[in-house]
Amino acid sequence: MKNILKYTFAVVAVGFASCEPEFDNPVNEEGFYTSGTADFSRYVAVGNSLTAGFADGALYITGQNNSYPNIMAEQFSLAGGGEFTQPLMNDNLGGLLLGGNQITENRFVLAVGANGNPGPVRLEGNPTTEVTNKLVGPFNNMGVPGAKSFHLVAPGYGNAGGVAQGAANPYFARFASSDNATIIADATAQNPTFFSLWIGNNDILAYATAGGSGVDQTGNSDPNTYGNNDITDPNVFASVYSQQVAALAANGAKGVLVNIPEVTSIPYFTTVPRNAIPLDAATAGALNAQFAAYNNAVLPGLVGAGVISQEEAALRMINFSAGQNFPIMVDDDLTDLTQILQGPPFSLPAQTAGLLGQLRQVKPDDLIVLPASSVLGSVPDPSNPQGVVGVTIPLSDDLVLAVTEQARVTAASMAYNATIQALANANGLAFVDARAALNRVANGGISYDAGLLTNQFVTGGAFSLDGVHPTARGYAYVANLAIQAINETYDATIPTVNIGDYPTITLTNN
Amino acid sequence: MNKLFLFAAFILASAVTYAGGYRVSLQGQKALAMGHTGVAVINSSELVFFNPAGLVYLEDRLNISAGVSGVFSGVAYQNSANGAYAETDSPVGTPLYLYASYKATDWLAVGLGVYTPYGSTVEYEDDWEGSHLVNNIDLKAFYVQPTVSIKVNDKFSFGGGAIYVNGSVNFNRNLNRTLTDLEGNRSEVTIDASGVSNWGWTASAMFNFTENLHLGATYRSEIILEAEDGDATFENIPNSPLTPFSNTTFNASLPLPAEMTVGMSYQFCEKWLFAFDYNRAFWDVYDSLDIDFANETPDSRNPRNYKNASIYRFGLQYDASTMFTLRAGYYFDESPIQAGYFAPETPRNDSNNFTAGLTVNVSDHLQIDASFLYSRFKEVDASYDFYTENGVNVPFSGTYKSNAFAPGLGLTYKL
Repeated sequence: MKNILKYTFAVVAVGFASCEPEFDNPVNEEGFYTSGTADFSRYVAVGNSLTAGFADGALYITGQNNSYPNIMAEQFSLAGGGEFTQPLMNDNLGGLLLGGNQITENRFVLAVGANGNPGPVRLEGNPTTEVTNKLVGPFNNMGVPGAKSFHLVAPGYGNAGGVAQGAANPYFARFASSDNATIIADATAQNPTFFSLWIGNNDILAYATAGGSGVDQTGNSDPNTYGNNDITDPNVFASVYSQQVAALAANGAKGVLVNIPEVTSIPYFTTVPRNAIPLDAATAGALNAQFAAYNNAVLPGLVGAGVISQEEAALRMINFSAGQNFPIMVDDDLTDLTQILQGPPFSLPAQTAGLLGQLRQVKPDDLIVLPASSVLGSVPDPSNPQGVVGVTIPLSDDLVLAVTEQARVTAASMAYNATIQALANANGLAFVDARAALNRVANGGISYDAGLLTNQFVTGGAFSLDGVHPTARGYAYVANLAIQAINETYDATIPTVNIGDYPTITLTNN
Repeated sequence: MNKLFLFAAFILASAVTYAGGYRVSLQGQKALAMGHTGVAVINSSELVFFNPAGLVYLEDRLNISAGVSGVFSGVAYQNSANGAYAETDSPVGTPLYLYASYKATDWLAVGLGVYTPYGSTVEYEDDWEGSHLVNNIDLKAFYVQPTVSIKVNDKFSFGGGAIYVNGSVNFNRNLNRTLTDLEGNRSEVTIDASGVSNWGWTASAMFNFTENLHLGATYRSEIILEAEDGDATFENIPNSPLTPFSNTTFNASLPLPAEMTVGMSYQFCEKWLFAFDYNRAFWDVYDSLDIDFANETPDSRNPRNYKNASIYRFGLQYDASTMFTLRAGYYFDESPIQAGYFAPETPRNDSNNFTAGLTVNVSDHLQIDASFLYSRFKEVDASYDFYTENGVNVPFSGTYKSNAFAPGLGLTYKL
């Protein structure tokens, strides 16, 4: 009997020991996935809002949790990746406070309006992330929303005292190691074994989203003289970018570089239709009558006087018809005729001359920005029902990215991309062609297990409600591209994620 | 005897190492120790479950058997395509049985049985990779079966009884793969229904071909548990007219399928008994798990499309001494789940099951019955293909590995 008990207990003990089912080759066992020639033990991500996980017009916790570096780090952890820390916001509202005053807006959510139609609205609530509440770093995710290429090497960019004057960045101020710290120095101080760098987007994006109302600074090598909406000189970009790569790759760190996508295919520029003005025949006829003299006499006269070219005259012709029409707009790349039109032989009143000064109709190749959707067709002055934006009141220049402005954006981004590609090649770094990837998203979409990821606003799944930043699903797609590039370059076998597991937009009514 | 036991212990030990499985029949320690055979084994009131017709052939006037098993089961999931890994942390199951039979006359025995032939408890980590299919499920069903056994002659008897079932279900899953509230908490639903009851029946026959060779057959009817006005609780739902989920009631039905068993037992060399049972479980009744919500919440349709499945059971008994009876067995349990319908709330593929046990004759009236079951499931690549998002079927696939073991103890009282 004693022996029986003994054996019984022995058997029970063995049974308990093998209670957990075990795979022949468990994915979470060391060696199933490999890091190849890379070492993911200390991964540091450097970049801007895209790296931070910014979405829906704000930085908030759940967005940060789905930042592409965080998704990558989770996958890296299957092959020797270490802990990955992020300077998390204090809430999921996303607004920032400076000295208790809100300085950035809360995130967008998709709400159903009184008319029953869903649309993006700012989430209501009092945000709790105070810029001056310093976080104790260092943080693996060094993504700083708003940063341009040259900001990464700018001392004082994280000085909370400079935020109010616009001299510093509130997001970096939260976790900069000191008032004089630079983003790149705080990153390299962590002695990364692996890094990602995606910077330069804002160097063109600010100009583009402002409808090209900034200045193309190509040829101006002093970024201290740039305005916020300006395009960064490609030589400035090349200079600071190569410094950054050199700093990050020092000590033999491996890494991945991501290039700059063509911003003009993001929903911010593709959602508002260019011919958004519906007119009946009578209204179109009446409007055309008002512009008849301008089209038929003034413009040819100006060409004859050598003030404008034949080409510009053709561009400035205003013509409406029954059906959908292109709105009128101000284009600061046109010759400003305001003064000339007030003089002889035209002698137009100042107000009319001002209206016609840089006026044209939107062309099929122009891009109207997303915020224009709430302006187009509106009547700003209720006492003047004739004053309709797009019909009798031109869209302001900052609401339209004209073809010429698009060309500047493209030229600069292509120059940046040449630098990025060359540095990736020269340093043996992995390279993600985000430009080609966004083109695929915008032209046909990316197929995944529950459909297609496209650049369609709200419904396409790739872009968040600000029309500029990806959704978590979009970021997961970026993470997969980076993982694939890393696997190829470093002979690693990191698994990609299923982008269908990642959310898109947030539904909520205030 | 010692050598023999050592050998048995060795078999057990090596079986444990390869243990698998969690789909367990645990309706009697004596039968279980012999591969859960028993449709043609005449040795205790476990016959209330295995073959009521045999009760009338029991030697003693009063027979009572009771027992409990501890079911330790686990499921591991992984997907090498994305590195996902999850394992269940299911609580220990404790299925019980209690059988009593009383021989009223030479030709009539009456009996009563309480047992739990269906039940499942699977708990994954919340929000795991397949949480849109299941986070956790707890299904219980108690059978209560009054029984009669009538002897026609020494060769043939028949028996049967009514079955009253009382069941409960609690099931939680996330609404889909991505919906969350503002704080990122996954939207989920819990359905809960208890005290769901229904009736069924069982009928059986026993044929004593010779003194040593018995043939038996038992049929247990299908019983559909119809949950009505169960509670459906929705949590972490965004505040939006686009997500119209609110707490409500639901109706759903869960079939407990019919089972047909035929088998034989043969006593040889005086001390040895061999038994074979063949089960056919009529799982094809489980076509779809449909949950109909009372309010405007969209109903949940979950195709299951189970097929009828067979189990082949083999058992061996050795009367080692007046004190000890040793048993061992094996059964092959065919999964009712068809390719593409492998849902993680019942991750059940074919299993090989090894059993052993013994009875200690404490006195003429009292026996202690012990048994062990080891279920071994092969690692299997499987998928559930009928979850939909926006009208698109989104398969949930991966590799599963299950195992289970169930030590059990029971008492038999005879008078």
